[in-house]
This record gives sequence, C-alpha cells and structure tokens, in this order.
Amino acid sequence: MKVSVTKTDRLWLSGNEAIALGAWEAGVQVASGYPGTPSTEILENLCSYEGVYTEWAPNEKVALEVALGASFAGVRALATMKHVGLNVASDPLFTASYTGVRGGLVVITADDPEMHSSQNEQDNRNYAFAAKLPMFEPSDPAEAREMLARAFEVSERYDTPVLFRITTRIAHVKGVVATGKRIGLAEASMEKVPGKFVMLPGPARTRRAAIEQRMTDLRELAETLGENRIEPGATARAFITAGTSYNYVKEAFPEAAVLKLGMVWPLPGEKIRDFAAGVDELIVVEELDPFLETHIKAMGVPCRGKDLIPSRGELNSFIVRQAIEPDKVGELFDPIELPMRPPNMCAGCPHRGLFYCLSRMKDVFVSGDIGCYTLAALPPLSAMDACVCMGASIGMAHGMAKALGEKGKGRIVAVIGDSTFIHSGITGLINSVYNDSYSLVIILDNRITAMTGHQHNPASGANIKGEPAQAVNLEKLCRAIGVKRVTVVNPHDIEATGKVLKKEIARGKTSVVISRAPCVLLPSEVKRKKPVYRTVTENCTGCMACIRIGCPAISWHPLTPEEAVERGYRSKQKGFSMITEVLCNGCGQCAALCKFDAITAVEDEG
Amino acid sequence: MKQSGNILFTGVGGQGILLASELTAYAQLAAGYDVKKSEVHGMAQRGGSVVAHLKYGERVYSPLIEPGTADIQVAFEELEAVRYLPYLHRDSAVVVNTQRILPPAVATGRASYPDNILEELRARHIHVVAVDAFAVAREIGEIRTANVVMVGAMSNFLAVSPGIFLDVIDQRMKKGFRKVNRKAFAAGRDLVYASRRHDKKR
Repeated sequence: MKVSVTKTDRLWLSGNEAIALGAWEAGVQVASGYPGTPSTEILENLCSYEGVYTEWAPNEKVALEVALGASFAGVRALATMKHVGLNVASDPLFTASYTGVRGGLVVITADDPEMHSSQNEQDNRNYAFAAKLPMFEPSDPAEAREMLARAFEVSERYDTPVLFRITTRIAHVKGVVATGKRIGLAEASMEKVPGKFVMLPGPARTRRAAIEQRMTDLRELAETLGENRIEPGATARAFITAGTSYNYVKEAFPEAAVLKLGMVWPLPGEKIRDFAAGVDELIVVEELDPFLETHIKAMGVPCRGKDLIPSRGELNSFIVRQAIEPDKVGELFDPIELPMRPPNMCAGCPHRGLFYCLSRMKDVFVSGDIGCYTLAALPPLSAMDACVCMGASIGMAHGMAKALGEKGKGRIVAVIGDSTFIHSGITGLINSVYNDSYSLVIILDNRITAMTGHQHNPASGANIKGEPAQAVNLEKLCRAIGVKRVTVVNPHDIEATGKVLKKEIARGKTSVVISRAPCVLLPSEVKRKKPVYRTVTENCTGCMACIRIGCPAISWHPLTPEEAVERGYRSKQKGFSMITEVLCNGCGQCAALCKFDAITAVEDEG
Repeated sequence: MKQSGNILFTGVGGQGILLASELTAYAQLAAGYDVKKSEVHGMAQRGGSVVAHLKYGERVYSPLIEPGTADIQVAFEELEAVRYLPYLHRDSAVVVNTQRILPPAVATGRASYPDNILEELRARHIHVVAVDAFAVAREIGEIRTANVVMVGAMSNFLAVSPGIFLDVIDQRMKKGFRKVNRKAFAAGRDLVYASRRHDKKR
C-alpha cells in the first residue's frame, strides 16, 4: 500500500489514502464511519495502521457520536462519511458544535459533485455555516494530509469540531504526498464537565454564547492562517477559489492573482477586502453552490461568480476557461451518439433473481433503496419505482399504503439491502408494524456492503479488519419487532422466490421476506466451484426469456430471415441468445427460465 | 524530453484499466515527472463505462484532462475508444484493444453495436493503433496480462524508456507475475513501431 516514489519520504497516494496517513500522523486514536463513495477508502486504509482503533458503524450518526465520545475522553477522533451521510449525522453535529471537544474532533464529508455514485450533489459547505463550525477544504492529496493536521490543531485550540470537506476529485485522485512522523499521543482520561457536555437548555445557552466568541476568534485566525494564501499575479482579472476548483483556475489562468482559501468557513473578511481592492475584476470559482460568492458579496465586496461559472456538476479547467473567455476556447470534436454503457448488476448477482420476479408483477409499486440493487431500476428489469435515501424504502411504502388504503393492498413492496436495513431501515419497519401497515418488506441479504466494495457490517459476522464479530440475526430481529411472517428465500431459485413473493404480497399485514444469497464477488464465492452455463444454440427459439433478466453474460444476436434459415431456424426467428462463458458466474437463473433446453450446465473446467 | 502530457484510459469496469494506469503512472514518476491520476469508484465500476485521467509534467495542478487535450488514449474496448472523442485532438494517438463488449441495450436487442466504429477516429485523422491484446496475451500464456500488453503498445508513444516500465513491473507486481508481465509488456511494445511524433511536439 505505502509505496515510495523516488525518496522514502514521498509516496504516491489517493486523497483517501493521504487522509488515512494524515490522521495516523496527527495522532488519531479512534475513527468511526459508514462506507460511502467517495469516502470509503479512508477507514479501509486507516484500519491497517497500528495504534488507532477503527470501526464501521451502522450509520453516520452513530459514527459521529462514537468519535464525539472519544473526543470527550480526551483523544483525537475522526468520523468519515459521504456528503449525504452528514445529513444522517447532522443531529449530533449541530449540538457537538455547542459542546465543543476535549480531544480534537474532525468530521470528514466526502462530497460527490456530478453524482458519480450518489443520489444528489448537495454542497456540504452549507453545513459549516449552519452548524457554526470551521471547515477546511484541500485541493489535492498532498494538501489533504497536511491540512488534516491543521484541522486537529484548530479543533483543540478553538474547542470545536472541525468539518473537513473533500470531493471525488480529491478522494479518488492520486498524487505525490510527503510523509512525516506520528505526533505524541494524548492519554485518554475521564472528566465530568456537565456545563460543557450536558446540553440542557441552561448550559446550552451558555455554550451558545461561547460559539459566537469562537466564531469571532476563528474569523481572526482566518486572516493569518497559512492555508488562506494569496498567490501574486496579474490583477486585471483575479480569482478567489478553494478545493479542486483552485487547480482548474491555475491551469486555465496561470498568470492571474489568486486568493486560495484552505479554510472555507469562516472567511477572512479583511484579507478578502484587501485582495479585492487591489484587483480590477474579481471572479469566485467554486463547484456547486455560490457559497463563497454569497458570503463575499454579503461583505459588500463586488465579485462575479455563478453568473459565469456553472453551479451544476463538476468543473474542470476547460469549463472555467470557457465560462470566462468563451472566444479563446478551441474547437472540439463533437461526441458521436453511441449506445450508452450504464453500470449493471454483475453476472450471477443474487439480486437479479429477486428483481426478475418483481419485474413480472407489473401492478406492484417497488419502493427501493440505496445499494447495488438500485441498478434494478434500469432496463431490462425496470423493477424499481422509487429510490430516495438510505432506509427510505420502508417508510415510503408504508406512507403509500396509508394513502392508498384498500386500493394499494397487495401492490406495495419495499426492497432494502442488509447493510441499508441496519443503517436506517429498522426504525421504518418498527413504524410499519406499530402503525399496522400492509406492505411487504424484502431484505436483500447478500452478507456484505457490496456497492462500496465489500465492507463488513453488523449483519455480516466480521469487523472492519475481517475479524469475527457478533452478527445481527435478521429473522429474529424482525420477529422481535413484531413481524409475524418472516420467510427466507434463495433468489437464485426464481420459481420458488416468485411463489413466496406472490403469497406474501397478498397478505394484508406487514411481512418480511429475506432474500438471502452471498454477493457473487465475495472471495468465498469466487473460489467456490460452480457450474458454467452454455447455450445450446440449435435449441434456442429466440423467445428472449433469458434476455429479460439483463445478465451481462447473455447477449442477443439478431438475424435476418435468410441468416435464420441458414442457421436452421425458422425464417421468422428474429435472433438467438448466447452466453459468454468466461463471464458466466454459474448462478443458473437463466437456465430455469429457458423452456426449450437451450441452456445447460457444464462442469467448471477452470 | 516532452515536458507534459495527458493520457486517457478508457474501457469497461473490470478490464484491468486501473492496473494499466497505475503502471504507467509509476513509470512516469520514476522518470522524474509529477503525476496525478483521477478515477471514479462505486456505482460507476459495476460493468459501466470507465475512464481514468493521467496527467504528467513538471507540476500538475488539475487531475482532469481537458477536452481536446488527450495526447494518448489507451482504450480497452472499441466503443469506449470512440465515446470520449471530445477529449482527443488531431494529433492524438489511440491505442485500442480490438475487443467488443456489448452494452446492455445491445445485449438485450434494443440497439446494435455500430460497425467499423474505429473508422470514426481515422476519418478525423486520429492515429489509431488497433491491437488484439487478448491474442497476444494468450500467446504468452496468461490471458490476464492483456492490460500490460496494452501498456507496452502505448509506451511507444512516450519518452520514458522501456527499462523504466520493466523496473516498475518488478517493483509493483508479485513475484510469480513479474516474468510473464515483462513478456507481455515487451510483446505489446513490439506490436507498434510508432513514429514518436507525439514526443517531438510541444
């Protein structure tokens, strides 16, 4: 993992690897998080370092509470999450702003402009403003490591949690990173400080005043902080920028003067005013919301920003140049219209069998959730009708049931993954039972958090290091909640799964079906000897039954009437299907759908 | 030696694109360049179109290649070689693996795979080097080295000496895989006798 570049003190690391390194060097002793692209690799890397406790929490709220507790015990602590995870953790965040810290506390929010792997592209700088917290934002992996050390210093010196914002183009960018030594570790200790830790209205009012003083002090710090630096240059057109946008400004307008903000909240008012006074035209370049721009304008400093720079999606140096100097952009080749290649569930994915069954129930509304299985919304399965946020499937299904009443009976299903159910589906299920719903809840238990790259979770039986851990028994949990009917199915057995679903969905009470089969990419599954399926093309009638499951190992080969006859088919046959054997993972779902014996299992020769 | 350059790696999730781009990046680092690479994880990796940006130079700021500035594209699949056309320019070189992986719409009979798709590049005077990396890898006896065959072919367009690539293979790969990957690199490199015109420019 840690590979030297040219000298031993320099590595080539991703932003997330650099943050893990920086956290270790800064003396972090407790780190908790929930996996979420683009934040996942921070803890995945940090857990391999000695002398730091790491864990996957069931959700981001718990992760932040764990980190806050460690801070109360006097050690440096880290919580990591993706941008939407901070919504879940926002409850402890807003009040941790009041309590402040003992050991340094940094909360990493990994935002995903462009929504490469997310359901929205919210700009979490707004949380720094709303929760009255300082926020740092690095521009590349090297800076991420350095700035994290500064964030911990600020946290302890100013008695505040610190937000640390990265984006996909920091987290998943690799660059040259310097390394250093680990600082001396704080000794954990127990101290009762009710006026600071117990946020009853009385103490909270006192702390509220402390926050105002803290933000005033931080504004002063912002004026002199090395991370907020002016890079001299041409003043005819100058820039204020931060994060990865800084890189785009440097490439598009290398000659221009730049005020680069490393701490994006609170802002250095004097520095900004002075900088603005010395330039002719001031442009704020930032991804997503006009966060800096709004607050700079509120200072009475005239500038341009989102009137030029797009507020949707990622930027790059081309977009920045084009927005500001459209005449100086050269011509580009136009894109050619090609068949899209969206992501797809893997060959042999257990989810496919379950969603195939749901795709045959056209009258049913499938309230979905966040995970690999969300891909079932795409054709040809098209078997998901809603997806909003982690855990939402169950509550939404219940709400639809209450709104539709008799009209919705037997027509509403919630589908949620095992890790997502643990994250925030359990409370929804309690609500459905308590308030007497009739929706069917399907838990897709593939034994792992798959989408983010196989992280363990409280139901998988292992901890972040892969060591054995207590596993939640999902059947018993559902029964304890009060679900009367809990049925376990093997989704690879399409026929049996379909029968169970039909029966359970028609029941007028909340029932649970656990669709259980391990993710096909789990190492144990990859190693397991499985049959490979082969197409007996002469038996294929072109009925397309196997095509409808959308397996990447099965493809359709169209034929003209002449070609069909030549191959010995009837001239009306429009084509035939074919399994690419190297891609087949041997689940056998397709074979069960073929009524013409055109798919047979052969022994794995590999 | 060329001062800076941009290499785009494209293909389909699971084709070994990340390893190919890592090898190239480490070779550039060993040659003394600053290098940044950008890629996307998570949902995008599930069999979808995948792209990695690699930029090298004295000092690299942006991790993203600007449209119209990719000097080299290493494409692991024919359709993907054309999908990122706006990133190319008239002097770009495209090293493409002559493999076709059917996108879902094609595999399910709702669209067809375009014929002679690489002609779209040639028609725009882009230098296309089509390589059957699987055939080469199969001949070597290890089908999984196809991505290193591609790196070998691409290396003809870089100023970095092949020895540096071979060193990187030795440093980066597990012992049992070094020999076969060195062979794959050399075989890929021998496939192309490039003019190196790209290194003389700029």
